Amino acid sequence: MTAQGLRLEKITKTFGDFKALDGIDLTVPQGTVHAILGENGAGKTTLMNILYGLYQPDGGRIMLDGTPQKIGSPRRAMDLGIGMIHQHLMLVETLTVVENVVLGLPGQGMRLSLDEHARKLSALADSFGFDIDPHQAVWKLPMGMRQRVEILKVLYRDARIIILDEPTSVLAPNEVDAFLEGLRRLRAAGKTIIFISHKLDEVAAVADRVTVLRRGAVSANLPVAGTPPAEMARMMVGRDVVLTTLEKSPMTSDAVLVSVRDLKARDNRGTEALKGVSFDIHAGEILGVAGVDGNGQAELAEALTGLRPVEAGTVKLAGEDITAAGVYERRHRLGISFVPEDRHGTGLVLDLPVYQNAMIRDFREEPFSSGGLLKTAGAKAVTEDWVRRYDVRLQSVDQAIRFLSGGNQQKLIFAREVECRPRLLVIMQPCKGLDVGAIEAVHRTVLAERERGTAILYISTELEHILSVCDRVAVMCAGRITGIIAPEEATPDRVGALLGGLAEAEVA
Amino acid sequence: MLLVIQYIYVLRPVWAVLAALLAGAGLIAVAGVNPVDAYGALFGGAFLDYYGLASTLAKMSPILLAGLAVIVPLRVGLLNIGAEGQIYMGGLFSSMAALLLPEMSPLLQVPLCVLAGALGGGLWGLIPGYLKAYRGINEVIITILLNFIAINLVSYVAGGPMMQEGAPYPYSQEIREGLWLPYIMPQTDAHLGVVAGIALCLAAWFVFRFTTVGFGLGMIGKNPAAATYSGIRVRRNVVAVMFVAGAIGGLAGTFEVLGLKHRLYHLFSPGYGFDGIVVAFLAQLSPLMAPIAAFFLSGLKVGGLIMQRAVGLESTVVEAIQGLVIIFVAASLAFRFDRGNWRRLLERRRLLDAGLAEGFANNSGGKS
Repeated sequence: MTAQGLRLEKITKTFGDFKALDGIDLTVPQGTVHAILGENGAGKTTLMNILYGLYQPDGGRIMLDGTPQKIGSPRRAMDLGIGMIHQHLMLVETLTVVENVVLGLPGQGMRLSLDEHARKLSALADSFGFDIDPHQAVWKLPMGMRQRVEILKVLYRDARIIILDEPTSVLAPNEVDAFLEGLRRLRAAGKTIIFISHKLDEVAAVADRVTVLRRGAVSANLPVAGTPPAEMARMMVGRDVVLTTLEKSPMTSDAVLVSVRDLKARDNRGTEALKGVSFDIHAGEILGVAGVDGNGQAELAEALTGLRPVEAGTVKLAGEDITAAGVYERRHRLGISFVPEDRHGTGLVLDLPVYQNAMIRDFREEPFSSGGLLKTAGAKAVTEDWVRRYDVRLQSVDQAIRFLSGGNQQKLIFAREVECRPRLLVIMQPCKGLDVGAIEAVHRTVLAERERGTAILYISTELEHILSVCDRVAVMCAGRITGIIAPEEATPDRVGALLGGLAEAEVA
Repeated sequence: MLLVIQYIYVLRPVWAVLAALLAGAGLIAVAGVNPVDAYGALFGGAFLDYYGLASTLAKMSPILLAGLAVIVPLRVGLLNIGAEGQIYMGGLFSSMAALLLPEMSPLLQVPLCVLAGALGGGLWGLIPGYLKAYRGINEVIITILLNFIAINLVSYVAGGPMMQEGAPYPYSQEIREGLWLPYIMPQTDAHLGVVAGIALCLAAWFVFRFTTVGFGLGMIGKNPAAATYSGIRVRRNVVAVMFVAGAIGGLAGTFEVLGLKHRLYHLFSPGYGFDGIVVAFLAQLSPLMAPIAAFFLSGLKVGGLIMQRAVGLESTVVEAIQGLVIIFVAASLAFRFDRGNWRRLLERRRLLDAGLAEGFANNSGGKS
């Protein structure tokens, strides 16, 4: 069979003792959309990095249009017509669209005619129905547009095979549809698309075939048509997963634990990001905060945890005004825990071993230390207990946490922030980049905290997650809460209106 | 096997030093001297001879303390290039306490002098610390510039208000003998400063390794955002650490004055603060390794002079060898240890060995 397209045969890759990929076979005919589905740590990104020349396989071979190829570097991959778009976009924000596209383009010589490139780029963009101004600076563009710049970048280099790593994780919900439409156009133009995802609905919407990876091996290879999403989810984790319905006991307490009134704060650039936010959270209640990314949710979480100064308004915890309290006081005396959005930048110190990351929150207290002296043995024992109970998969608690997968890192953060028995738990985008199994574990932890009577603020852009775990949902738009509703009332129309900033009079 | 390679890797500054000395041997040979004789004079003079060893220890005092003044803030993510200035301020404050305060019991005045010196250096560290923490100004630039101010301030004081009358050269009156630091080797210059330096290194090691304060500081160095998130007051700690670092640098100058010079000379430190940076990198920021690194570097300086006298080498060659050591060590630190790579390499070798063994067996089988 001399098929046009890409064929991987028995690809194997080990990192130290860890077998990341174990004999992967994959066939992608030219001009199709192929989804790679898998839990975190299943090997999806490793496989794509091999295809893009960032890693070398330890065994197996890569066939392109029937010829075996050695892809020694991304440059070689580019030459073969393979382009990759990483999960975190790699653009120079201060440069314009065309400058970003031309950056690193081979064969430019000494002269560079940006206008000519801009003309060619516009023509290219038009042919795929991407409406984009080549002279616009990238930082002014919304995320969805920036991603198109990345796609144009690889198209401009004549890529035939485009690899997208978690392409929708950076997009706002309303940008996803346009993105999926873009993929269909690329397919129609004969491009091959390989995209990594764990969002089942997207796979169902756009892919022709799906390969499911589990623990470094192919667990299924199916046509998408005729395969129900629930089936894919099961193959991904190897068991049935409860996707939407989470059983909850009715709320037991109607005592208001957290009371926020007219909170105002500025973002890092000095513009007002919170323009008077008010809400209450009862003990044992999960208040969800929905909204398109960047509408003040991050500032709200930081203002509540003391990381961001408050300009006006009050925050009360169990009747006590804590607006002026610092981070340390809030975390220890007042019992506020925080699961930050940015795991790597804020929640963890990647170079430190797992057990030291477990003590980041409470290293000044028993059992991690006493009298100012660290108790390493105690800390390790506690961490090992958490690792068992929260199912964190690792080799040893002495391992640097950098080497754990995202889901396992998040489980450790949750253990740390929950085991200290907080009164208020602020959670921001806890499921970002996690697979279905890890999401389920996160939500189980959140619900267990609710049972304990903790007040929980659950901030997320994933509306389904919010609707499945929260008791009430506050929708934020442009620094204000536009409405607080019960999940049962959250029809797409209504939430859409609130997301779009059409405030309602009623407050639940 | 992997473990052995790991140890070899950890010791890479040592290999770098050996490689630098080998390269230096080439320079010596070019200069027309037998390298074996030259190095014999260097190491024999610096480490094996009673008086040479004493000179090495006397030099080690400021170099070690300056190294610690670089290591401590660098572990918190701050680059202190100002140890030189802090040495001068320490020398200035301690000699003022020794010469200008009314005479009192040495039991009282020596600690006062030491405290004054630490305070002087500490203030010199506090300035960049404050500017960094609350004004966001790069501490590297501030510490470099403060060096010049401190050096010239001491030159002014030693050549003006505090200059001894009739001195041929800018220096102050002699500090009375009661305030001198005790000597640790009779009839030599080796004074207690080096012991104090080693004790401070042990203390720093203990703080970073075993205390919550040290854990918090290390976290600031590795990820300031996570440190803030955990409730550490990063700004306040940055200021405090720069004060402590400056105080350690100040002690280097203090002990130099009280232990060795016994006067405030202008230009009394020939760049010990910058040697401290070399020590910090040689020791890979470990306070435990710092004494070894400082001992070696001091020996190289003392031995270099002895070598120069013994075999008649130009002093430029000696300086070039010191430079080679620094370059080689800096380059060696760029190597990263990749466990996976080595494991694969060893595995491949094992397979090759197995394959070869098999091949030999077949060959010999064929012959017989």
